[in-house]
Parts: sequence; structure tokens; C-alpha cells
Amino acid sequence: MSSIQQYIDIYKQLGKRIDNASSPVFNALRPAALAALDGRQMPTKGDENYEVSDLEALYAPDYGINIDRLTATADISEPFRCDVPNLSTSLYYVFNDTYQGNPQAQLPNGVIVASMNDSACNEIVSRYYGTIAPISDPQVALNSLLAQDGLLVYIPAGVVVERPIQLVNLLRANSPLMTNRRVLVVAEAGAQVKILVCDHTQSHDTDFLNTQVVEVFVGEGATLDYYDLEEASEKTHRVSSMWVRQAASSNVLINGITLMNGITRNNYHIDIDGQHAETTLLGMAIASNTQHIDNHTYIGHNVGYCHSNELFKYVLDDDAVGAFTGKILVAPDSPRTEAYQSNRNICASNRAKMYTKPQLEIYTDDVKCGHGATVGQLDQDAMFYMQTRGISCQEARTLLMQAFMSDIIDGVRLEALRDRLRHLVEKRFAGTLAQCRNCTASQSCHTKIKKK
Amino acid sequence: MLEIKDLHAQIEGKEILKGINLTVKPGEVHAIMGPNGSGKSTLASVLAGNPAFTVTGGSVTFYGKDLLAMPPEDRSHEGLFLSFQYPVEIPGVSMVNFMRAAINEKRKYYGQEPLSASDFLKLMREKRSIVELDNKLASRSVNEGFSGGEKKRNEIFQMAMLEPRLSILDETDSGLDIDALRTVAGGVNKLKTDNNATIVITHYQRLLDYIKPDFVHVLYKGRIVKTDGPQLALVLEEKGYDWIKQEFDGLNG
Repeated sequence: MSSIQQYIDIYKQLGKRIDNASSPVFNALRPAALAALDGRQMPTKGDENYEVSDLEALYAPDYGINIDRLTATADISEPFRCDVPNLSTSLYYVFNDTYQGNPQAQLPNGVIVASMNDSACNEIVSRYYGTIAPISDPQVALNSLLAQDGLLVYIPAGVVVERPIQLVNLLRANSPLMTNRRVLVVAEAGAQVKILVCDHTQSHDTDFLNTQVVEVFVGEGATLDYYDLEEASEKTHRVSSMWVRQAASSNVLINGITLMNGITRNNYHIDIDGQHAETTLLGMAIASNTQHIDNHTYIGHNVGYCHSNELFKYVLDDDAVGAFTGKILVAPDSPRTEAYQSNRNICASNRAKMYTKPQLEIYTDDVKCGHGATVGQLDQDAMFYMQTRGISCQEARTLLMQAFMSDIIDGVRLEALRDRLRHLVEKRFAGTLAQCRNCTASQSCHTKIKKK
Repeated sequence: MLEIKDLHAQIEGKEILKGINLTVKPGEVHAIMGPNGSGKSTLASVLAGNPAFTVTGGSVTFYGKDLLAMPPEDRSHEGLFLSFQYPVEIPGVSMVNFMRAAINEKRKYYGQEPLSASDFLKLMREKRSIVELDNKLASRSVNEGFSGGEKKRNEIFQMAMLEPRLSILDETDSGLDIDALRTVAGGVNKLKTDNNATIVITHYQRLLDYIKPDFVHVLYKGRIVKTDGPQLALVLEEKGYDWIKQEFDGLNG
């Protein structure tokens, strides 16, 4: 039996309760989602583009779903404020998959950051919700069937939001939990916004399956930075799919960072629909133990005169598995397209495995495209050189791995986040990220986290 | 301080060092010369602990401790320094972070607190002047894009920072013009005390005009076949290595 069936059964039995807690816009999409899932299963390793990740197995366990939207009473605002010090953001939380407001946030006129269930947002949400992410994709369909809340970020035409908008997703539960959240970003023509999304897990012994569908509309001449940082737990699995549509002369930077996770599958699907647009897609993946990180990217150059630049870097240690698929499609009649893709990987142990698959499909003559992929080990000459200067093997490894990631970090266009990432990556490589969660590492910063 | 006894070493099954004996005392400068492929650089690598080489026999003690039992970083902490013939470029690792890690790991080894940022930068400034290393180089990635001369100067700068008891300079003169050679040799001489020692590995006598050796050894086919005073270097410069080869090969059939 397909792993999907249990979710269909839940919806058939309890659909009323799910609908009662959700926006009518969400509910309107559910019949289509249900129909799309009928007789389907999640992709397995036999399916194209899923050779390394078996989603059927990922969805199979019996996770709980917070159907009645039981709300948390915990004070969640303190523990993570300090996580990116010196970065002043308009901060919002999603606890499990329920949005928590931030009445203190001061946003420019017309800018909306709100729950997608907020009736005041109905008009905007209904105009965009489910219009890029195709319901034919089983991950999107299942998320659409079960999602009850999400975050809307709306920037009206011409508005520049100086202060970054930060969304912190917190997972906390005592029994296995599936969360299904949505994010909808609409940046109208000429708008500018930077969004930082951080995934954290507070219950490190609980199994989570965290699914998200992110839809992003970038209007003509708009600029959007989207940083997606996963710093969860080894028992948190994530299935994310992000769908982006770029209009003419828009500028989009997406940086997906996986620092701590269980099994992660990220789909990035970017369609460039207007001329003179720019796209930068960066990714950093750090995995150890038996962690698994699979990034699947698609950039569609549907018109000419656009530039895209893609760089993903992985460092895999122990028995970790990494996978990268990078498809770039240059449609017919898309002259002067420039598209570059690079995937560089280090396997720091001889058991770690990396799978990389660059794919360029070009249907126009007048283009400049390039791609490259490498898988290698840490430079042994550099290791020895550092050791002769008294730097221990462990420290030398840390320095080299961190140096390897420096161009991804340098690509971050928020200085405070750049500094913080450098610090987090260093700690991750030094193996102290796990200690940090128990707040032993930094007394000044983490003293307010309550140990459980 | 250093006692090498009957040292044998190989790489990928090929024996390169075939019984080296050498004793170095504080305050001494030893030059090791010899034709290409005689094992000079291998000796330096083995002493520094390069994992590419396997020691198959003999012993090395450094201040009474078994040097060969230590990982490379502990050899450094104990006061051994190797100036590389080909210093390694490490893109993305800044000189400052590199040196700070080196200094602080040594301090940790001796139970000392890490150096404060300001003390560290002061130390960098002070030592940089010894080899006239440009501040700009110190802020770049380790050796990345450095010229040949800058790399060698950077080696001596690191030596100044780490204050070793025994320095091995492996072909430090190779790729240097005469001005750079003078600067580098000048740096080495400034760091010379009665308590430290230097092993200069070189192909040519030229460097020994600037760094005066007390002993000159000739390494050939993995053994030290001749040891004499500084005048030996002059003889080698004049007559080449052929007479030594003949002498040695004649003796050994």
C-alpha cells in the first residue's frame, strides 16, 4: 500500500476538522489535491530524479498531525533571538506548523507579514495560492491536502523593506509529528525584500517529518533575497519544494543551507519568465553520521537576456550521503542567455557518498552556458603543511572545510548573517553544534534556553 | 638535541633512506648537500612526519624523546620546524587564522591560555619585520598567489613566529633571486641563538655564503657518505659530486 493512503484516510475521516481550522483558500484546493493523490505513491529510488532519496519510505511512518491546531503556550521568543546577533530583523515564528504573530514588528506601509489564515489576507492569498506549485506533484498535493496554516509575505509595488524579515520555524513535540506548512511570498514590481527562514528542532529525540511548499512571485524589477537555513536535528526529516517565478529585470538570490538534519530533500524550481532577470542559486550542505541531503534544482530560462549562476557545495563526513541534481533549461528563442552551474563536493571520509548530476538542456544557439562538478578529498598536502605548524589534524580539517565553504558564505548579502554563518559553520565542523543546543557553549548568548 | 641512528625510510615500497646517522647539538648549523635524488628532501619529510613516507628502521630522538612516535603537530610543539621546498597554497584560509591556530595550539600544548587578539597582532607585526613580509600578504590566504620569493619569506616568518629549537630549511634558496636570498638568509641569521640549531638542505654552495655551517654532510644514495667542515662545500662547488660518487660507488662495488 502506498504511504499516501494513510493520509488520504485521515483526510477522509477528519477532513471537516482540518477544514474548520484553515482558510477557505486552503480548503478550496483540497478536492484537487485529493484527486491528484488518488492511486499515487511518493517517488522511490526507481523514479527519475529520486535515485538517491526514497520518499515513499520517508512518508511511510505513522506520524501524528496536529489536526485541531492545539496551540503552544511556551515562551518561544527568547531562545532564538540571539541566534543571529547584531542582525535586526522583523521576527516571526511558526511553532510546529502554526503561525505566531508579532504585533511589535514595524513594517513599511502596505507590507503584510501574516498568517495565511488571516481573513484580511484572503484576497491576496486566493490570487496566488497554489498557482505555481503544481498539484500534479505528489509532494505538493499531499502538502495541499493537509496544510492548515502558513506565512504570507506581501510587499506592494515599489516598497523597499530595509529590515530583513526573519521566520523561525520551531519543532517541538513528545511524539512523532508531521508538519505541513506553506510560505507565500509576493514581491510586486520594484519591491525589495530580504527573507531569512530558519528551521530549528527543540525536541531532539522526537521523529519529525517537516514538509513545506514555498511559492515565490517576484515582480518586474523586484529584488528578493531568500535564505533558507536548516539547523534542525538528526531525527528531523524535511521535504521542501520551492517554486519561484521571476518577471523581467528581477533579481533573485536564494541560498539554501543545511547544517543539521536527518534526511532532507529540497526541490528548487525557478522559472525566469521575463527578460534581463538575474538569478543566483547557492547551496551549502554539511552532513555527518548517517545524514542525507538531496538538493534538486531546476532553472528554466524561458526567455532571453537573463543570467543565472548556481553553486552548490557539500562536505560529507562519516557515512553521510549527498545528492545534487542541477537542471538548467534554455527554452527555444532565449538568446543571450548566460547560465553557469557548479557543484563542488568533499568527501571527508571514505564511506561518505556523493551523487551529482548536472543537466543542461539548451534549445537556443546564442547562449553561454557552463557546468562543472567535482568530488574530492581534503587536500593532504595542505593538511600536512598545517600539521607541521602545530595545527592538529582535527583543527586542520576544520580550517580546510570552512575555507571550502567560504564562497557560499561570502555570497550572503547580509553582513551579520554572514558573520553568524561563519561561526555556525566553524562550530559545525568542530563538532560542537550539538553542544550548543544545550547552551553549554556560549553562556552569554544561550543562557535563556530552558533545558528539558 | 637531535640524534638520528641508522634511519631507513621508504615511499611506495622504494627505499630512499638507507641508514642515516646524524647528531645535532644546540647552537650548530649543519648543511646537508648532495646530488638530485640522494634523499635530502626525504630526510626532511621523515623528520617532520610526512605520512607519505614509512620508516622501516632506525631511531630518531629529539631532546631524549622518540620523535618518530609523535604526530607532526607534536613534533612542531616540541620545537621542530620544516621550511618547505614547495610551500603549500591553502585558498580560503587566511594567514592570520592559520598563524593564530598554530600559535594557540602550541600554547595549549604547554598549558597556556590563548593569546589575546591584540597581543597576537603585535606578535605578527614584530615577526613580519624580520623578513620584511608585506602586511598585504599577511592578510591574504596562506601562500595563495605569492611569488616564489614571497613564499620562502613566509616560511621564515612562520619560523620566527613559532621560535623552533631545530629548523630544517629544505632548499630554501631554490627559486630565489639574490636579493630575496639575502633577505631570507638574513632572517634565518637573526633568529639564530646558542640554544637553537639549523639543518640547511641545499644543492648549491651559494646559500652557505649567507648561512655559515659548522658541518657539511654529503648525502648520496640514502646515506651520509662524507662529513667535514665548511670547506667541503667549496670543494663540492668546484669539483661537483662526481668524485664522491666514484669514491662511494667504488667502495660499494
